[in-house]
Amino acid sequence: MVTLKSAREIETMRRSGKITATVLAELMQIAKAGMTTRELDEIAERGIRERGGIPTFKGYHGFPATICASVNDEVVHGIPSDYVLQDGDLLSIDIGTTLDGYVSDSAVTIPVGTISRDAQRLLDVTRESLMIGIAQMQSGNHVGDIGAAVQRFAEDHGYGVVRELAGHGVGTAMHEEPQVPNYGKPGTGVELRPGLVLAVEPMITQGDRKVEILKDGWTVVTADGKLAAHFEHTIAVTEDGPKILTLRTYGEHPDAAKYVPDAEKKVQAR
Amino acid sequence: MARRRGGRPVRGKRSAADKAAKAAKTAMPKEEAIEVEGTIVEPLPNAMFRVELANGHRVLAHVSGKIRMNFIRILPGDRVLVELSPYDLTHGRITYRYK
Repeated sequence: MVTLKSAREIETMRRSGKITATVLAELMQIAKAGMTTRELDEIAERGIRERGGIPTFKGYHGFPATICASVNDEVVHGIPSDYVLQDGDLLSIDIGTTLDGYVSDSAVTIPVGTISRDAQRLLDVTRESLMIGIAQMQSGNHVGDIGAAVQRFAEDHGYGVVRELAGHGVGTAMHEEPQVPNYGKPGTGVELRPGLVLAVEPMITQGDRKVEILKDGWTVVTADGKLAAHFEHTIAVTEDGPKILTLRTYGEHPDAAKYVPDAEKKVQAR
Repeated sequence: MARRRGGRPVRGKRSAADKAAKAAKTAMPKEEAIEVEGTIVEPLPNAMFRVELANGHRVLAHVSGKIRMNFIRILPGDRVLVELSPYDLTHGRITYRYK
């Protein structure tokens, strides 16, 4: 069932998203070669809890950690471990917070130290594709418009779009209806209406789009071992366009400024 | 965290013998249906799949009720047995997933 959220619910989700965004920005700034992904996870859990939130992922279908840390050919859902980050790694961090019962979910892929130009291009295209997807989230459009726009942009750059995983509705549960695939046909799927809150999350691969799940039951890797990138925001559809509820003040795409929630604008104006 | 797509995971474990027995049963040709092997190309909504057949043709196939009842996950790249009606060769029914 697709549920529409009231303005009050969206405001709670924005506060939840604020924690997600703040902690994620912190992780982006401290992730360095020599650190383990488990250290990042511990910082993330502390960061969420001291702001009054609950790590959404921890315990979700048995997931053991606060963040998903996916390195290089790992696409998503990597489990934080004693792996020591190396210069040149591509690190995806996915994080979710529950605050007053409402979930927010966001992810970024960042370079550890200096990465190759090819890797940087993959990262840039994936980040851009998220923005292109968000731009489609106008009331009256359809879920298929988001996927079609993301798919077209990524494939035009010669990249693969992962199909086994999708974005999703967000609310009191992390995964609500509808599914938001990163591919599709314009004009198909659920119609977007004010109050709909979605997590849009392009998962883009450098090579083939095929993925496999490792024996740990979580980590999704590219079948051909090539790099993958992943960016995600939780976004509300409103009468005056999409509003990013997990907007960061650090490392954000310049276009994101168009989608600042109203409550956030007031804060910034002061 | 991304949501996993496709059918629900297989409930419980089925032995190889069970699967073979099932294959033997479902592989029993119904009158006039044509059975062809194929490979899943892409999942579509409503448990439909695009399947590339051994002869290179691509058909739209839905999942048979029996497979649905047993919650068998079908993913791109899986080899499957497709039953085609001789009257409409563009649509089929997936009756068995090899593994």
